[in-house]
Amino acid sequence: MSIKLTIMDQMKQIAREHGKTLAPLHDNLVLLDSGLDSLGFAVLVARLEDTLGIDPFTAAEDAMFPLTLGDFVKVYENGAQQRAVA
Amino acid sequence: MKMVRSNAPSLKGRIADTAPERFFWDRAARVCVNQLACGTGLGGRLAELKGRSVVVATSSQLTTALALIELDGVARRLTILPPDTDHLDAVIACAEADAVVIDAGTTDHGALDLPLRVVCAPAIVPAEQLSLYVPTEWVLLTSGTSGVPKLAVHSLASLIAPIGAGQRLDSAVVWGTFYDIRRYGGLQIFLRAIVGGASLVLSCAGEPIADHLARLGRCGVTHLSGTPSHWRRALMSPEIGKISPRYVRLSGEISDQAILDSLHATFPEAGIGHAYASTEAGVAFEVSDGRAGFPADFLEHDRDGVELNLVDGALRIRSPRTAQRYLGTQHARLRDHDGFVDTGDIVEQRGDRYVFAGRRGGIINVGGLKIHPEEIEAVINRHPQVRMSLVRPKQNPVTGSIVIADVVLKSECARSGDELQIKNDILALCREALPRHKVPAAISIVPALDVAATGKLARRYG
Repeated sequence: MSIKLTIMDQMKQIAREHGKTLAPLHDNLVLLDSGLDSLGFAVLVARLEDTLGIDPFTAAEDAMFPLTLGDFVKVYENGAQQRAVA
Repeated sequence: MKMVRSNAPSLKGRIADTAPERFFWDRAARVCVNQLACGTGLGGRLAELKGRSVVVATSSQLTTALALIELDGVARRLTILPPDTDHLDAVIACAEADAVVIDAGTTDHGALDLPLRVVCAPAIVPAEQLSLYVPTEWVLLTSGTSGVPKLAVHSLASLIAPIGAGQRLDSAVVWGTFYDIRRYGGLQIFLRAIVGGASLVLSCAGEPIADHLARLGRCGVTHLSGTPSHWRRALMSPEIGKISPRYVRLSGEISDQAILDSLHATFPEAGIGHAYASTEAGVAFEVSDGRAGFPADFLEHDRDGVELNLVDGALRIRSPRTAQRYLGTQHARLRDHDGFVDTGDIVEQRGDRYVFAGRRGGIINVGGLKIHPEEIEAVINRHPQVRMSLVRPKQNPVTGSIVIADVVLKSECARSGDELQIKNDILALCREALPRHKVPAAISIVPALDVAATGKLARRYG
């Protein structure tokens, strides 16, 4: 499964678990409008570390605050690439 | 009860002569606070509240703010209820409350059935002023881990002591706070606005962050305060561009370098300060050099009357800013015999700096809510295939602290194929038994956990 699909899949599952309604997912969706709250995102980042094996936010030297789902996916794609190179 | 006729230094006295006009805003209303000098939001019933122990149970922060200004120097005791206060009956009994101030949105009337009930409206009408002064105890609820909140007694003097005489009146300042003014961190901002002659933009429950930021921008906020969690959330909103504060303040949780750097990158012109404070200890210090932690020499000299010391790595504070005591008899002393408040925060020296290393007893702070790991471990350990578990915080620069559980399975079921199912079962168990913020964000199956020489699980700080 691609990184993007994995992320969307996890978002749907967390929304279910937390009883939240998820907005239709697309690249330009502002994360704060997605229906997941900050706790939901914390869970998402932790789950993705488990499934994808990376936490690009902790690994990065500077903190990045993604605004949209597209930004968020890019952070993970870049993180995976950097790991592949290293 | 002591009652003094005087032009006493009450909050109302501080708003009286601050021309030009300044305003308090929430989402629905705007109030010119100067009008309180010769008006009231309490429907002319302020006199009935004199000398009483009053619970402020207003639903909006704007009416809370007005009620606090009016009641300081009038009520004998002011107990401020944060939203969603649990164990209301016990809190009211402990405060020995005999009156309540509510507003149109207050619910839970059953528990608030007190001899006197006064409604506060977010509109000020002219009223005759009382010429009396009753020293008022300010009672704040602590954000405890579970059970009945503790009631910490402050005075107006201890609450405004951190603001300092140096703060000049400046009506051009517009304060904003993400933090609720009914908790210590937010109350500090409310008081800063009053003492400094400034305006104040209040947050509203349920308001989307984008709307709140746009509103802060429209009101021209110049000084803005929140927890690192609030700020992380604000930085993820495209509307962050709507504000350009010249002072950014963090408190309520430990600020890490990542959030300080991100705020500096977003607001390069702004002064950025992080304060270390708690309901009991008050504001111990503020750091404005842009670095996480605090300079090691803070421990060597007392600064502005605040002394810090370390006992077994835990930070203790003695100052005129601490609360005096807890109400009720069932709690330990708030201050020790030497007058120090034990914060329970563990610090470690790194070079010329002290950094925060977590809470004593492994208590985890998730977005300002404190969590005892043992409570979560007890739930996880109920799973028939779990041998033992360790719940710990994990830091993430973007999401803040999250809860992780390391779980050791009984050997007969430690086959990898079952692991996913077991993890899901454990999470389901936790979701059933625990509030949402206590459910681990992730579970990792580990072969073993360290046990310390004491026979207890080895907990690392932070």
